[in-house]
Amino acid sequence: MAKYAFFLGCIAPLRYPGIEKSTREVCAALGIELVDLQDASCCPAPGVIRAFNKKTWLAAAARNLALAEQQGLPIVTICNGCYGSLFDAAHELEADPELLAEVNKILAEIGMQYKGTTKVHHFAEVLYNEVGVEKIKNTITKPLDYQVAAFYGCHFLKPSEIKNLDDPENPHILDDLIEATGAKSMPRKQKMLCCGAGGGLKAAFGDVAKKFTETNLENMKESGAQFIIDVCPFCHLQFDGIQKDTEYNIPVLHLSQLLGLALGMDEKQLAFSTHVTPVKL
Amino acid sequence: MGTWIVLITMVTPKAEISKEIADAAKMCFQCGTCTAGCPSGRRTSYRTRKIIRMAQLGLKEEILSSDELWECSTCYTCVERCPREVPIVDIIIDLRNMAVAEGHIREQHKGTASNLMKYGHTVKVLDLITELRENLGLDPTPPTVLANEKAKADLDKILIATGFDKIVGE
Repeated sequence: MAKYAFFLGCIAPLRYPGIEKSTREVCAALGIELVDLQDASCCPAPGVIRAFNKKTWLAAAARNLALAEQQGLPIVTICNGCYGSLFDAAHELEADPELLAEVNKILAEIGMQYKGTTKVHHFAEVLYNEVGVEKIKNTITKPLDYQVAAFYGCHFLKPSEIKNLDDPENPHILDDLIEATGAKSMPRKQKMLCCGAGGGLKAAFGDVAKKFTETNLENMKESGAQFIIDVCPFCHLQFDGIQKDTEYNIPVLHLSQLLGLALGMDEKQLAFSTHVTPVKL
Repeated sequence: MGTWIVLITMVTPKAEISKEIADAAKMCFQCGTCTAGCPSGRRTSYRTRKIIRMAQLGLKEEILSSDELWECSTCYTCVERCPREVPIVDIIIDLRNMAVAEGHIREQHKGTASNLMKYGHTVKVLDLITELRENLGLDPTPPTVLANEKAKADLDKILIATGFDKIVGE
């Protein structure tokens, strides 16, 4: 049984606990053992905290990586932002022994050390590469019949030079995972357009971020999608929250929630009550 | 005989822009692929190529005080397409670090930074969610720094040792 340190991040546990709940259930059903990465903090967020102070970002990320190293486990995240931060930080620290030594001076102040060995994975990547689409197909108990929009977000696949998971301009991983549930991933224009929330844009220039989101929503509506399926609670928050002020009404599910539905989890267990855009099945 | 106009694009950056940024930006030959694919540039006055050119020229004050520096959503489309492999997002992040160090930070971003200082997370804890977590059979308080004072104190030490508390200010 594959075993991972489960990195919660911020938005999933503190805004959409249904994403956390469904991740736990789905992993249990698919034979992935999750061990809580206790005492972890924010990843910290790549577009804001890293943009404010790289030293803080790297040292706090290294603390999270060191916690997993102490458990001897690779990290799994359910968020593109956490994945972006932790993966990038691990990559930088692995590639640069001087930087690692510098960070370890800071960690020494709290009695910790990071050796540079922690591997960081995304939930969707683990499902695709570790579990496999066939096993998912064979495990689901309640095949779905929806037309949906697959939303990859940015930091799951990019920068592709270091992530190397799929074609960043024309990927298929998420579409394949979605279709394993019986749902159909609908083709649409500008599929890889950013949701608009990242890089501190949502906080600083919310109106600009909204324009990104609305273009996406228009393309999704045109495609006939009944749901938006994301792999990032921050994209999720952006799509879910923005629609209340628009003409659009496309409910938003994290991949874990879609798989939860296909495994027979009910609306209460998936905590649809916290969704701003109503989820009607 | 016609007149030959020679455009000299090799420039020596002014001393005040960092060496790291100047080195990273120097491979840019201003083709504009970044700007053409930039979703923010389509909706705002942010021009990726222009920021990189300004970095090459060492126009520090102009960049650091601009709104445009904060209009990049870090989507990496430019990085994926750049024919010269310029680490554009890394440059933007480095420039933002310099901007913040000189006091150019928005109130909304200070709010995000304050949340990290207070909770160890970038969003506030809401009673409604705590209750819902319990109903779902999850730990009411996530098993993170929120659930362990010692862990939060450790994080605080890191934030202070790296000068993060100064960002939030008084």
